[in-house]
Amino acid sequence: MIDNDILRIVARFLIPLIMLFGLYIQFHGEYSPGGGFQAGVVFAAGWILFALIYGLDAALRVVPERAMYILMVAGVMLYCAVGVAGVMLGGHFLDFYPLLPGEHAAQQFGIITVEFGIGVTVATVVMLFFTLFARRKSQWEAAEVEDDQP
Amino acid sequence: MIVAIAIVRAKDLFAAAMLFAIYSLLSAALFAVLDAGDVALTEAAVGAGISTILVLAVLAMARRQERPKKGHNLLALAVVVVTGAALIYATLDMPEFGAPDNPPQVHVGPYYVEQSYPDMGVPNMVAAVLASYRSIDTLGEGFVILVAGLAVYALLATPPRRRKKRRDHGQEESS
Repeated sequence: MIDNDILRIVARFLIPLIMLFGLYIQFHGEYSPGGGFQAGVVFAAGWILFALIYGLDAALRVVPERAMYILMVAGVMLYCAVGVAGVMLGGHFLDFYPLLPGEHAAQQFGIITVEFGIGVTVATVVMLFFTLFARRKSQWEAAEVEDDQP
Repeated sequence: MIVAIAIVRAKDLFAAAMLFAIYSLLSAALFAVLDAGDVALTEAAVGAGISTILVLAVLAMARRQERPKKGHNLLALAVVVVTGAALIYATLDMPEFGAPDNPPQVHVGPYYVEQSYPDMGVPNMVAAVLASYRSIDTLGEGFVILVAGLAVYALLATPPRRRKKRRDHGQEESS
């Protein structure tokens, strides 16, 4: 779809805004509606728009498939690491108070970190979904699988 | 409601996918009207955005029209009518909408509303409840997402086999 000027220019204008909005609801989630889940989805939506306009190969050069697998596990691991860090510092699992001196600072640090972990996981999983589904079509054509019905 | 009926009636799967997106967007607007900003954002992003894109990606591989079905499934109709009647009967027992003595308003809700800001200084109560009070639940949700990703990977990562030959074989058998 890169040949269509309107699509390309509108997308070039929109993609940075979508990604910026994703980061905004990621890191501003304690003050306004938002959080890791929404931010991850919005960020991935920006990437998917890029993939729709410039093709999947170009998008996979930006975020390689291997990075998706690593990051989607890393997000959950970050969440668990915050939980274990609470245990290490003398609290319960996922207890944020021991992390930093000052109750509010500790809670906010914990919330932002776990939301970031969730955001990373959600964004990469959605990207991975899109990659796998979109690639299936070309794989079918390569393997000469015919549609069951005309 | 009208959109939901239109989805069921639509034979064109592409139109049905688009109607689903409209349905999600309308529910997002409803949540926004009810001042549930977080839920509205999620519904708009996930329901109207990503699911529609994924459905369209699948539709690129499937046929566009629904397979026509003959006759009516009376058993399904009976099940739907009985379940719907039971649900409507159950709503008669529900407390009045928004009444101050409803169970959600008197259980742990007031504690969160009053204490979440003094406890952690986070203005958005939803984020406070999700990430701190109910942290383990959210961890579980994260694992659900991860497992979903792994499941799709397991199903789709292997290249498809050639299915052409097998179908020829089946035709020979039937002829």
